[in-house]
Amino acid sequence: MKERLQALQAEALTKVEEAATLSDLQDIRVAYLGKKGPITEVLRGMGKLSKEERPVIGELANKVRETIANELDAKKEKLEAAGLEKRLEKETLDVTLPGRPVQVGGPHLLTSIVEEIEDLFIGMGFEIKEGPEVETDYYNFEALNLPKGHPARDMQDSFYITEELLMRTHTSPVQARTMGEYKGNKPVKMICPGKVYRRDTDDATHSHQFTQVEGLYVDKNVRMSDLKGVLNRFAKQLFGEDREIRLRPSFFPFTEPSVEMDISCKVCNGEGCSVCKGTGWIEILGGGMVHPRVLEMAGYDPKVYNGFAFGMGPERIAMLKYGVDDIRHFYTNDVRFLQQYHKA
Amino acid sequence: MFVSLNWLKNYVDIDNVSAEELAEKITKTGIEVEGIEYVAEQSSNVVVGYVKECEKHPNADKLNLCQVDVGEEELQIICGAPNIAHGQKVAVAKPGAVLPGNFKIKKAKLRGVESNGMICSLQELGIEEKYVPKEYADGIFVFPEDTEVGADALSLLNLDDAILELGLTPNRSDALSMLGVAYEVAAILDVPIRLPKEDVEQSREQASDHVSVKVDDPDLNPYYGAFVIKDIKVGPSPLWMRNYLIAAGIRPINNVVDITNYVLLEYGQPLHAFDYDKFGSKEIVVQRAKQGETMQTLDDQERKLSSDHLVITNGNEPTALAGVMGGANSEVSNDTKTVLLEAAYFNPAAVRTASKDFGLRSESSNRFEKGVDPNRVKRAGLRACQLLSEYANGTVLHGVVEFDELDKKEAEVAITTSKMNERLGTDISNDQIGDILRKLNFKYEQDGEQFSIQVPTRRQDISIFEDMVEEVARIYGYDHLPYTLPQGASQAGGLTELQQLKREVKHYFEGAGLMETITYSLTSKDRATLLVSPEVKESAVTSVELAMPMSEEHSTLRLSILPEMLASLSYNVARKQTNLAYYEVGTVFVSQEETVTKQPDEKLRVSGALTGEWLTHPWQQEKKEVDFFLVKGIVEGLFNKLNIVADYKHLKLEGMHPGRTAQILIGDVPVGFIGQVHPTLQNNFDLKDTYVFDLDLDYLFSIYENEPSFTKIPRYPSITRDIALVVDENLNAGDVETTIFKAGGPLVKEVQVFDVYQGEHLESGKKSLAFRLLYLDPERTLKDEEVEESYQAILTAVKDEHEAELRG
Repeated sequence: MKERLQALQAEALTKVEEAATLSDLQDIRVAYLGKKGPITEVLRGMGKLSKEERPVIGELANKVRETIANELDAKKEKLEAAGLEKRLEKETLDVTLPGRPVQVGGPHLLTSIVEEIEDLFIGMGFEIKEGPEVETDYYNFEALNLPKGHPARDMQDSFYITEELLMRTHTSPVQARTMGEYKGNKPVKMICPGKVYRRDTDDATHSHQFTQVEGLYVDKNVRMSDLKGVLNRFAKQLFGEDREIRLRPSFFPFTEPSVEMDISCKVCNGEGCSVCKGTGWIEILGGGMVHPRVLEMAGYDPKVYNGFAFGMGPERIAMLKYGVDDIRHFYTNDVRFLQQYHKA
Repeated sequence: MFVSLNWLKNYVDIDNVSAEELAEKITKTGIEVEGIEYVAEQSSNVVVGYVKECEKHPNADKLNLCQVDVGEEELQIICGAPNIAHGQKVAVAKPGAVLPGNFKIKKAKLRGVESNGMICSLQELGIEEKYVPKEYADGIFVFPEDTEVGADALSLLNLDDAILELGLTPNRSDALSMLGVAYEVAAILDVPIRLPKEDVEQSREQASDHVSVKVDDPDLNPYYGAFVIKDIKVGPSPLWMRNYLIAAGIRPINNVVDITNYVLLEYGQPLHAFDYDKFGSKEIVVQRAKQGETMQTLDDQERKLSSDHLVITNGNEPTALAGVMGGANSEVSNDTKTVLLEAAYFNPAAVRTASKDFGLRSESSNRFEKGVDPNRVKRAGLRACQLLSEYANGTVLHGVVEFDELDKKEAEVAITTSKMNERLGTDISNDQIGDILRKLNFKYEQDGEQFSIQVPTRRQDISIFEDMVEEVARIYGYDHLPYTLPQGASQAGGLTELQQLKREVKHYFEGAGLMETITYSLTSKDRATLLVSPEVKESAVTSVELAMPMSEEHSTLRLSILPEMLASLSYNVARKQTNLAYYEVGTVFVSQEETVTKQPDEKLRVSGALTGEWLTHPWQQEKKEVDFFLVKGIVEGLFNKLNIVADYKHLKLEGMHPGRTAQILIGDVPVGFIGQVHPTLQNNFDLKDTYVFDLDLDYLFSIYENEPSFTKIPRYPSITRDIALVVDENLNAGDVETTIFKAGGPLVKEVQVFDVYQGEHLESGKKSLAFRLLYLDPERTLKDEEVEESYQAILTAVKDEHEAELRG
């Protein structure tokens, strides 16, 4: 019987070895380990054995069963692993095919620039003020020391609606309105971004509608060096720490002294190139110390309060910063332009 | 203003600085130098030659064969100019010379005859055609007879000059004169200034015997001075004067006219020369023109005058439009023998009115409009007399006949060093301030730190302390101001809640896949009234129009962002960019008046427009066109974000698809619309199916409550029930939903449509709507019976209200 069991084991293991599929294994399992299988049969015949032989053969029979079962399990695992591998191989994708696109929107470049400027000044304690785009002649001109007939009104030919109403030509009226709102007895520290309008024929460098950000700081003991310090900080944050600024005297009816600010040209590092017309400097904004008449008209006593104001054009800044070559790009809304400037 | 540096050298010593250095310094001190022109930058080797012989070219009718003495040699040159003649002194470009445009002169053969150089016209030497004196316009330039042969022609023609182009701000009209620029440069370089000669020998004959002056309106003409100069010989002005005029951009005419222009440029004071014999009387009367009166100006135009215009008359008829242009009747000509010279101060506003009315902006009007120096008017007249005497053979009669009520006082401004330093943030000493005033040629008295300054009248822009702050600061140098930060009590800057909300709304739309546009607020009259949301239309009585638009396209303020946005889509589609999803936040302008007199209300709105495909993935055959429900989903997302519940109902709106447009209401308040653009309008914009939305952001923000409170996360399970109903095909799902909520009771938390079906398995005219209901009680576990009870109540209600049957 011992021989018979050993022969069965050898025979079964050979079959396991040869089995190619999971169902082969199942057949082998049923054939050898099933209730009707040869090992069970052997065990059934044990009654004929002597008392001494019985446990020995019993043990052997169990061992044989165990060995076959282990081999079956091992083989099953192997076949399953191979099967999985085969399946996964079949599932292989062309990873170079394009992914499913996600619809992505984004802000207009001008909005990005304006918000960047807003955030820089918020960081310096400024608040943001807004005002109407259709303004009165008073707030747009007169309150800013530009009485009717003033020659400087020529500088900004305007779109009038009636004799007293016009499309604002700058966002400065918001400054006059804010000073009025604060009634001449508390400091003003604000910037006012917004759309403005001038009688210009649209071309590569002119637009009848454009954007301005102006700023105003009114307090006791404001110095021109404060203006220089604030603008310097702003310019370096916006254009990079390695930029230099310079102020030049200029003229605006609402400031005295007035300044124009240049930054050193990034393209040539101040050496002079076609972008800066060989000067090494690029004009970026205008400003100055608030004219005493402007303070007075807004209800601030110029003997007690003074301040500084400045204004800049985000289009120009965007054009310099990103090399945009035509101001009309900002308003035609060509999708190929809009898409270029979506920051994360 | 063009400033010839060669000319400027007559008044200040600038030999120690290069043109670039000087330009840089002037710019940094306050007058922007916009460019430097080196006139003959590329020219060389051009000399004065004497035409010894000039005969016809043997083989060509129009050419001349000339023998030209150029000093050390004699050259044979062929010349085609019609005005070439024997005995002339001309500009000769020798072989090896270079002319503008990198034109190299070489020896050559012309029709078989050798030519060793070129005789030049002014144009060939780089002078713009419009500045070339008429007599030389079609030929070569001829030097005066006494010119030295072999001399450098470029230098004689002032072509070795550098010309600065000044960009003047309106306040610096003082620099509209060479003297003004000279004062500025003298202050910058700290060099002395040399003033021109004004003294002239006058005859014994009294000018007042020949002319009288009467001024009707001293406000408009506070000073009028008349000079009489006899024995005039009209001819060309001296070469140097012609050169300077050309450099300044003025074409030389003849000595009399050139002298008035020269003094205009030198002093900044416009003058006018009348032909005395043609003036028509011995009486100058300055007065307002008679209404409807006409006169012919120097440019041969007939001008119709009104009483707004100031004119110079001979007592009967106008002879000049004051400060703007002279009259043709008294124009100086080659035969003029006696000149009546005017030096006057005209009111800036009066001159501006006339120059604007007639569209005549001249060198004269430009200066009068900005206000000339009251102390230079008469001096300019004397300077012109001196030049007429020297260069036009003039005999200057004794005295100036004048009317004079002109205020010539200098402004006095007091400053103290400490106040100056407080304002600038500097530490300038008394001595430094004194030094700056000296450089500026300002007279002052000093008492410790107190300065009392007499501002010269040439500087009309300085009258108050702040003006002097700028004056001191700019000479001190803006570069030398320190960098400081404000010392005042600091405030926390930041965005207001609304500003923050506006940014969040923008971020929402961008996150939803839309791109922000910025379109024009000014649109055409037609577009202004297109696609206007009902609630805007209701409050807008008129659309606001510009009084004088530049074009019809941008003549009217928008009442909706959409029309210009559709135009943007159209622009893109025309460029093969067909998949577009845009939004814009901006104002529309609503006026409640028939005739606009007050500022319109500016309403903040957000609009969007989508066309083409949305989310395409071609190789997986996925393609989704934008549709109503995409746009609605985007709008609903915004409402969710703002915690607002909105209702939608069908809307008929011109320009919109009648069956695919919904008005949006919050409670009873209409806040905008969504829908498909009407196919006809789509066609007008060359667009395929386009869906839009337009919302009143002002209103949405006004009801938005930003109080995020904590809602407990439910601990008890929810139960869902599905219900499929067969209803009439025209019934709105929203109405059924309302009924379900009402009948279902408070346990129904959500109702969601998950299927809409219409087709063969249903009776025609019917559709099936399937809803998924979510029941929840946050406080306890629900019982099946109560859900069942609610479910049955819903079934009964939808049957009663909508004749809805449970789908079998």
